[in-house]
Amino acid sequence: MALAVENLACRRGGRLIFEGLSFRLAQGEAIALTGRNGAGKSSLIALVCGRLRPEAGSVRIEGAGDTPAPELIHLIGHRDGLKSALGAAGNLAFAQAVLGEPALSAAAALDMVGLPHVADVPVGYLSAGQRRRVALARLLVSRRPFWLLDEPMAALDFAAQAMVAGLMQAHLDAGGAVLAATHGPLGLAGARELRIGP
Amino acid sequence: MTRAFIAIVGRDLALAARAGGGGELALVFFLTLVVLVPFALGPDLALLARIGPAILWLGALLATLIGLDRLFQSDEEDGSLDLIRASALPLELAVLAKGLAHWLATGLPLALAAPMLGLLVALPIEAMASVAATLLVGTPALSFIGAAGAALTVGIRRGGLIVPVLVAPLTVPVLIFGVSASNSALGGAIPFLTPFLILCALSLAAIVVGAFAAAAALRQAE
Amino acid sequence: MPSLTDLANPTRFMRLSAALLPWMAGAATILLAIGFYLAWFVAPADYQQGETIRIMFVHVPAAWLALMLYTMMAVSALGTLVWRHPLADVAQKAAAPIGAAFSLICLLTGAFWGKPMWGTYWVWDARLTSVLVLLLIYLGIIALWRALDDSGRAGRAVAILTLVGFVNVPIIKFSVDWWNTLHQPASVFRADGPTIHPAMLWPLLILALGFTLLALALHLAAMRAEIMRRRVRTLTILEAERHDRLAMQGLPA
Repeated sequence: MALAVENLACRRGGRLIFEGLSFRLAQGEAIALTGRNGAGKSSLIALVCGRLRPEAGSVRIEGAGDTPAPELIHLIGHRDGLKSALGAAGNLAFAQAVLGEPALSAAAALDMVGLPHVADVPVGYLSAGQRRRVALARLLVSRRPFWLLDEPMAALDFAAQAMVAGLMQAHLDAGGAVLAATHGPLGLAGARELRIGP
Repeated sequence: MTRAFIAIVGRDLALAARAGGGGELALVFFLTLVVLVPFALGPDLALLARIGPAILWLGALLATLIGLDRLFQSDEEDGSLDLIRASALPLELAVLAKGLAHWLATGLPLALAAPMLGLLVALPIEAMASVAATLLVGTPALSFIGAAGAALTVGIRRGGLIVPVLVAPLTVPVLIFGVSASNSALGGAIPFLTPFLILCALSLAAIVVGAFAAAAALRQAE
Repeated sequence: MPSLTDLANPTRFMRLSAALLPWMAGAATILLAIGFYLAWFVAPADYQQGETIRIMFVHVPAAWLALMLYTMMAVSALGTLVWRHPLADVAQKAAAPIGAAFSLICLLTGAFWGKPMWGTYWVWDARLTSVLVLLLIYLGIIALWRALDDSGRAGRAVAILTLVGFVNVPIIKFSVDWWNTLHQPASVFRADGPTIHPAMLWPLLILALGFTLLALALHLAAMRAEIMRRRVRTLTILEAERHDRLAMQGLPA
């Protein structure tokens, strides 16, 4: 399978954010999406996961058969999709039920991101970095080939960044693909850089 | 898919049960409204008994509609709506799950509490069962018509009052048939079953129309 | 013969509507003048209702237009959602205030008619009540337009609301009729009324046509205003971006 973006243009609030954007992301590949603030990194991610309607061009997943694109994509956006009142494990169990294709259990996923002790702590009590790691643990509870990450390293310290880089590398080795909007380095050896905007 | 449906219902019920989740607040608001009416009308028990079903229905209607704007907005703000959109579960069924949870957390308690609040407005015993029954089958219509309104306003910050403004005119039929079925127990020309069955039909139609309209609106959202 | 897809081009629409608008407005003025002359000076006073019957000549067309404009909005809503016609949401946005205004005119003239006839400005008559609910739906639609900033998103949201309302209007009418017969078994108002005299029918028909043309002319003008408003918005954004770029070039890289 490969994510194919062709001649994509994005308009928001009457403003043309970018146009003529094309790229291909095959399995086992990673793309680091860079560009200054407002260049359209988050908009591109929203377009790829189908939350925004493109002004022109297309986003397709080749070789996916009948499965609609959003069901092959894991999205970790700015808004982390966690309910503050529920525990970390409860949040992950909900994500697993909704996203389908169960992989690791919630407890095992929390282990992987180094947070085994917060399973029952309401997410609202966690620090920004811990919360981010709980959100990233969602990638592990359901199996989806395309990871779309908006600033995955935000709020993370060096140890946690290395841990997340390890998770991404393992995903690539297992035949997955990663598209990550980022300001800093991703820590992935084979990642291509895609710079959008001026 | 069934698992996703149950997970949404379960999560929303768990959230409603938390402090400030909204479930018990609607009930308290309902009680407050019913208490306010006699202060406006005077303590004339005969008059209160005559309009009792109407008071209870109006109270339930307002208690359901106010606060409905949070139904999808809280999920939109924290990003869990994106999670639900990414599910294999069709959005219509996801809306059905959220509406069902909303009804279980607000409509059902309101219907069960109505007979007790009926005591405050001197509702005769024989009318209590009919009021509870009409609220039981009528409040799903309110939840789902309201869900459509809530989905339309999902992108509006502080859209508190706009959902009732959009939705209230559409609830007129439910109110008419709900109150007249309740009133039939107080005597009158029409049998209970005629308006009651129309109310059931309205509820079923509202569930379908509301789920599709809300899903369409959520797909458009940004 | 311009087809609907040709009209999809806003420039083309602006040109055609500019040519059409004076003719429609002129025809509406002439028809309304003739109609009002006939209604006020030629048509006889009603043997029962006296001079107040003349209110009918405004009341009935207003009621008809309130319904017609909502139907137009529902068709435009389909145009937005199904055919994705670029002018559909403009048509819909322009129709809402006009429809609300005619509903209000219908209600007000109904009240002025009701005072001498029924001795009160307002009765919960089934038809009056239905128009009142229709006015509330119009106001809700306008409120939703104003609440959403992005015109594309607002257009689609309002289209969904309009269609839900459209499904609901007959149900509301039905339930209000039911409610009305329940509460007012002996209405002062006869639903079918006496057959209308030809001397009154002609002015009514002419006025109905005149008001319809007036409504369409207003609608066209409102659509033009909306298109220009959007152009101004786009130009303002482009201008701001140009200044932005100029400022960036002025700075050392």
